[in-house]
Amino acid sequence: MAELPHWNDYLPTQQPKATHWARSLEAKKVLLLRAMGKSPDTLLPTTMKSYSSTLTLFDRIWNQHVIKAGPSGAAIVAIDRVFLHERTGSIALKSLADQGRQIRSPERVFCTMDHIVDTFPGRGDETRMPGGREFITTTRVAARAAGIHLFDIGDPDQGIVHVVSPEQGIALPGLTLVCPDSHTGTVGGLGALGWGIGSSEAEHALATGTLVVERPRQMRVRFEGRLGFGVSAKDMILALIGAHGAGGGVGCVVEFAGSAVRDLAVEARLTLCNMAVEFGAFSGLIAPDDKTLSYVHNRRFAPQGPSWDRAVAHWRTLGTDPEACFDAEVVIDAGAIGPRITWGTSPQHEIAIDEAVPDPARESDAKRRQAMERALAYMGLQPGAPLIGQPIDAAFIGSCTNSRLSDLRAAAELLNGRRVAAGVKAICVPGSSRVKREAEAEGLDRIFTDAGFEWRESGCSMCFFAGGESFGQGQRVVTSTNRNFENRQGPATRSHLASPVTVAASALAGCIADARQFGKP
Amino acid sequence: MEPFVRHTGIAAPLLRINIDTDAIIPSREMKRVSKEGLGEGLFANWRYRDVASRAEEPGFVLNRAPWRQASILLAGANFGCGSSREHAVWALKDFGFLAIVAPSFGSIFHGNCVRNGIVPVELDESQVAVLAAAEEAKPGRPLTIDLENCQLVDADGSSHAFRIAEQARHLLLEGLDPIAATLAEDQHIQNFLERDRRERPWVYELPSA
Ligand code: SF4
Repeated sequence: MAELPHWNDYLPTQQPKATHWARSLEAKKVLLLRAMGKSPDTLLPTTMKSYSSTLTLFDRIWNQHVIKAGPSGAAIVAIDRVFLHERTGSIALKSLADQGRQIRSPERVFCTMDHIVDTFPGRGDETRMPGGREFITTTRVAARAAGIHLFDIGDPDQGIVHVVSPEQGIALPGLTLVCPDSHTGTVGGLGALGWGIGSSEAEHALATGTLVVERPRQMRVRFEGRLGFGVSAKDMILALIGAHGAGGGVGCVVEFAGSAVRDLAVEARLTLCNMAVEFGAFSGLIAPDDKTLSYVHNRRFAPQGPSWDRAVAHWRTLGTDPEACFDAEVVIDAGAIGPRITWGTSPQHEIAIDEAVPDPARESDAKRRQAMERALAYMGLQPGAPLIGQPIDAAFIGSCTNSRLSDLRAAAELLNGRRVAAGVKAICVPGSSRVKREAEAEGLDRIFTDAGFEWRESGCSMCFFAGGESFGQGQRVVTSTNRNFENRQGPATRSHLASPVTVAASALAGCIADARQFGKP
Repeated sequence: MEPFVRHTGIAAPLLRINIDTDAIIPSREMKRVSKEGLGEGLFANWRYRDVASRAEEPGFVLNRAPWRQASILLAGANFGCGSSREHAVWALKDFGFLAIVAPSFGSIFHGNCVRNGIVPVELDESQVAVLAAAEEAKPGRPLTIDLENCQLVDADGSSHAFRIAEQARHLLLEGLDPIAATLAEDQHIQNFLERDRRERPWVYELPSA
């Protein structure tokens, strides 16, 4: 193995909250941890990894793809699919062409228009982002010249890359998929190994069909038990990041497992893996099962006929052996997780929705305390104040995290027959044109618009601020997206990350609200 | 890419944790399909009191002498987390940074650094804090990054061994073009593809859509 960061770098940046963490690790593991003077909630150190013949899901995918292992833990790894979008893919395609390099397997490269495109009805190439049109037209010209499949504006299958790739069967179990976009690990929800890369690495993947990858360490996060009413995958991942920090998974591929993960529908699994990168992880993975197979079946680019049967036989072998060891393991009591929401400017700044904003004075680590103080000042919040009841200016349902049909259905269930509070700007942006179409076929668009939500064309929209549309200075937004960084959704905009139902409930209440107060339907 | 063996320069302390790529270069600063000229947008939201007019925020470290000339950045843990935008690295490079010293890095950012000749130097948090404190006490002391020996040498002659993945060190030291290096292994790739096509045909035979 190559030199790895010191183990201390991976320690939780915040003490785990006992109430949210199960104490039910197997006796063996607990003993190991106790012997090391660590609490059972902390992570197992790397030296604990036993290199036996048992394999993890990640080992199996990795082994299948190693073309040549290097001396230091890095390997040349085969890349099965490359996905690009107009914001970063444009640069990769252009730069590759400028160097006179060819794409090795254009039939396995896809591109979509999602980041910069307008989401207003009747859109064309014009966008509100300064210079945005150049990204769109450069991408279109370069994609056509390269002979890759483009989901262009107006294409019935256009959408956010991480929504489109599973939906179109481009991401499949056991495949490697890269994209110059940090949320590429989303496809781990299908058991595909996806990870985000930079533009230069994208050029590498396009030109060679491979990447040189440092083998990541392995962590397993097991959510055991049953999720409560009104609690979803978004709450699970926020709870994990809150307890172990935004850097808790740095250098690791994280396998999500446990009964609560198996109980999740495939779309919710995509949500869980989507935010593995917010945990600092290289990627997230979930072993494929029957639900995965029926999700993938008959997707546009999925194998058909005899090819399907062969693929299924292979996919059935993709799992983690019961005895397999991980470099680190975390167990979480899913039943103890309630709706979660962020109060600050890092995804680790999160609490249960009915908790009070934490007090930096009680944080012993100076840097974390300063980060908390900065965050509170930015967010315009006082330590000890409840979040429930905080007036909001806007509500946003969208992004590659939570804009699939099931997300829209969950929000619509709450919105049905109700009205968004006066003064709240509420927006719903379906994750793909197909999601939008399917939602409209069910009449969800009417529920949203009747409630007072805008109903948009698909794209990343205001998940991030690209210089065009934004929520505005000091505006408080409850949002189903994945990043609450300073200025992420607009200059000085204050973002509170939460699940789609929490966004919907808050939009109705005009302030941060617990969806459970609206009762079971 | 220029090989990086050793570099001596001024180190600017910016010890916030979880500095994300949106903070390193805000999205709206990426106006063109280009890797050039991004240094002006570096840390724009922190560096400028008014982003549009570029009126400087006098307190920000890169607006203070001698750190305007810094080529090494001392940063907090998980530096470069967040979006994959390589613009963050292009902006740092364009400003003049050649090395970032932090306890840990966002993984995509780390790879982007190596591709662009910036050395991601991993040092324990306590050591970074000591360097930063010394820098604040006596601004402008030169630090030396010796990549060949994985040592960070302080102005007073004391040195700190740092961590960097061997693959990254190799690429930086040799200034290699990674694509050319991989294409030199083409026979391995061909052999792999031939075998893999038989084992996993569905990966290669996409339904014509
Ligand atoms: S929806 Fe947001 S997080 Fe997802 S790809 Fe688009 S900009 Fe990135």
